[in-house]
Amino acid sequence: MTDLIASTALKARQLTEEEIHDIEHEKTHYPYAQAVGLEALKIVQKYQGWVSDESLLAVSEYLDIPPDELEGVATFFNMIFRQPVGKNVILLCDSVACWMLGCDDLQAHITKTLGINYGETTDDDMFTLIPVPCLGDCDRAPSMMVGRELYRNLTTEKIDQIIAEYKSKA
Amino acid sequence: MSVTNPLTKNIEDGRDPLSFKEYQAAGGYQSLDKAMKMSPRDVMGQVKDAGLGGRGGAGFNTGLKWSFSPEPDGGPRYLVVNADEMEPGTFKDRLLMEKDPHLLIEGMITSSYALSATTAYIFLRGEYTLAEERLLKAIDEAYTAGMLGQNIQGTDFSLDLYLHTSAGRYICGEETALINALEGKRANPRFKPPFPQVSGLWGRPTLVNNVETICNIPGILTHGVEWFKNLGLGDECGTRISGVSGRVKNPGCWEMPVGTTFRTLLEDYAGGMQDGYELKAFLPGGGSTDFLLPEHLDLPMIPGDVAKAGSRLGTSLIMVLDDKTCPVGCVRNLIKFFAHESCGWCTPCRDGLPWVEHILNKMEEGTGEMKDIEILQEMCGYMGPGNTFCALAPGAAEPLQSSLKYFMDEYEEHVKHGCKYKSH
Ligand SMILES: Cc1cc2nc3c(=O)[nH]c(=O)nc-3n(C[C@H](O)[C@H](O)[C@H](O)COP(=O)(O)O)c2cc1C
Ligand code: SF4
Ligand code: FES
Repeated sequence: MTDLIASTALKARQLTEEEIHDIEHEKTHYPYAQAVGLEALKIVQKYQGWVSDESLLAVSEYLDIPPDELEGVATFFNMIFRQPVGKNVILLCDSVACWMLGCDDLQAHITKTLGINYGETTDDDMFTLIPVPCLGDCDRAPSMMVGRELYRNLTTEKIDQIIAEYKSKA
Repeated sequence: MSVTNPLTKNIEDGRDPLSFKEYQAAGGYQSLDKAMKMSPRDVMGQVKDAGLGGRGGAGFNTGLKWSFSPEPDGGPRYLVVNADEMEPGTFKDRLLMEKDPHLLIEGMITSSYALSATTAYIFLRGEYTLAEERLLKAIDEAYTAGMLGQNIQGTDFSLDLYLHTSAGRYICGEETALINALEGKRANPRFKPPFPQVSGLWGRPTLVNNVETICNIPGILTHGVEWFKNLGLGDECGTRISGVSGRVKNPGCWEMPVGTTFRTLLEDYAGGMQDGYELKAFLPGGGSTDFLLPEHLDLPMIPGDVAKAGSRLGTSLIMVLDDKTCPVGCVRNLIKFFAHESCGWCTPCRDGLPWVEHILNKMEEGTGEMKDIEILQEMCGYMGPGNTFCALAPGAAEPLQSSLKYFMDEYEEHVKHGCKYKSH
């Protein structure tokens, strides 16, 4: 990936006004612009769904952070997506309390219902399934998030309802 | 009547957190006034005398930790609240931030006065979206009310407070990795010394404290050291949030006097084990602590006592392992987490953990060999304290080594016959 970025074939895209506005806001929180690298990637992801090479280069130029260094940050964090993801990212907790209370069965159920394994996206780009470490919600395990929403005390029935809800919103 | 539950007194199930005005009407935002009648060093002294231990896992005396920061030289100084909360089995800071964000903010303001900090950050894990929304609202309210910003309440004390949201990586909770992350760098831990108190964020004096630690500060300053000391049982000081997850009747977390026993937590607060399940062992304070057995239930939840029993109090949120869940599978799940979250800097951690995970996978699949058990034992040594840059690998070794100590028969059984537990 880094080689790709270093090659001249790829060009930074133009950041949107909204993106620049949000990045500028974050910059007021830190003495150095370089500190907002992760925030800027999160902002880009919020508007674009994921962080493409073109987006990464744009942030790199805008904040004057070398692309390799920014890529080092981007790939370090679990929640920065360097590949396209579906409209709704399902983050299923697979840590110990959720495991004890059956998250493997839930994963199997989601995989059967949506036809996607961990790391995969449905053909209609509606859902991506990703495992997430302990969501800090262990007293209501098993838990998962869809986008920014938390769902707890999950059962296969509840998962069916949640999926139906998101499908009907589309 | 004096308050006995300072951390959760404003928390009511099903109700939104108190607004700035409501919080203030309930007795909040008084601690800065009290603190400012003293010098910053004297405030540090009070926190030290109160006997408050850090709630982030290591339990070090907070006032003492603060006192290692150098005298102010007019340059920037930082307070950073560690709200990364990613230790498996830990869910207490979520409660405090979602349900009473002003308590944390008040604590940060008063602590910043004691530390002569000029800027304070909350380092929040990205998945805590509700906490994010509520903290942002509360921070706004505090600025509007003149509790943050330039010349707070007409004094010459000024403080800016910002929320940083992370993007999911357990190692960011380690305080020097957290500082790198805040600077916008890859979150590898830094070499110590220098300690962050002396040279932290952008090379400036920086204190990193856990959310719950800082939430204790308003009470100590408002009600005094004696009051705080009297909150604990016996010689212990203060209250803390402890909780239970796993197959218990009523999982959750609650504020209780420091010195409460595991048994009281498990049986009185959490209602005991679910019907049909028995307690086999428990992790006393998160995924990176050694298992304890039912015979340890009468220990008070105090770092020293738990250490004597061969474990660590850690975050004091316990996770119960029941008799119908495979202990090897449980350890495998924990190791998978640590292997995934390793920052990759040191060999025993980067290469050791995946190897351990591989062996545990074999055990679960029924292809383990007796010599694998020896390898696991050896690996505990390699990953142990002193061999790695930070405490992640030694932490990962704790559930492994204690499971080998207590459940060797189960490991041998796995080698001979595979896993007998059905669902996992
Ligand atoms: C891998 C690792 C992860 C950690 N995660 C956290 C965390 O999420 N929250 C926290 O408060 N402390 C965490 N700590 C402990 C911190 O490094 C630090 O000791 C703590 O924030 C200090 O705060 P305290 O003195 O108030 O307890 C972690 C330590 C390690 C080694
Ligand atoms: S012990 Fe693991 S997480 Fe800590 S510095 Fe070494 S490789 Fe990184
Ligand atoms: S283990 Fe799933 S929320 Fe903690």
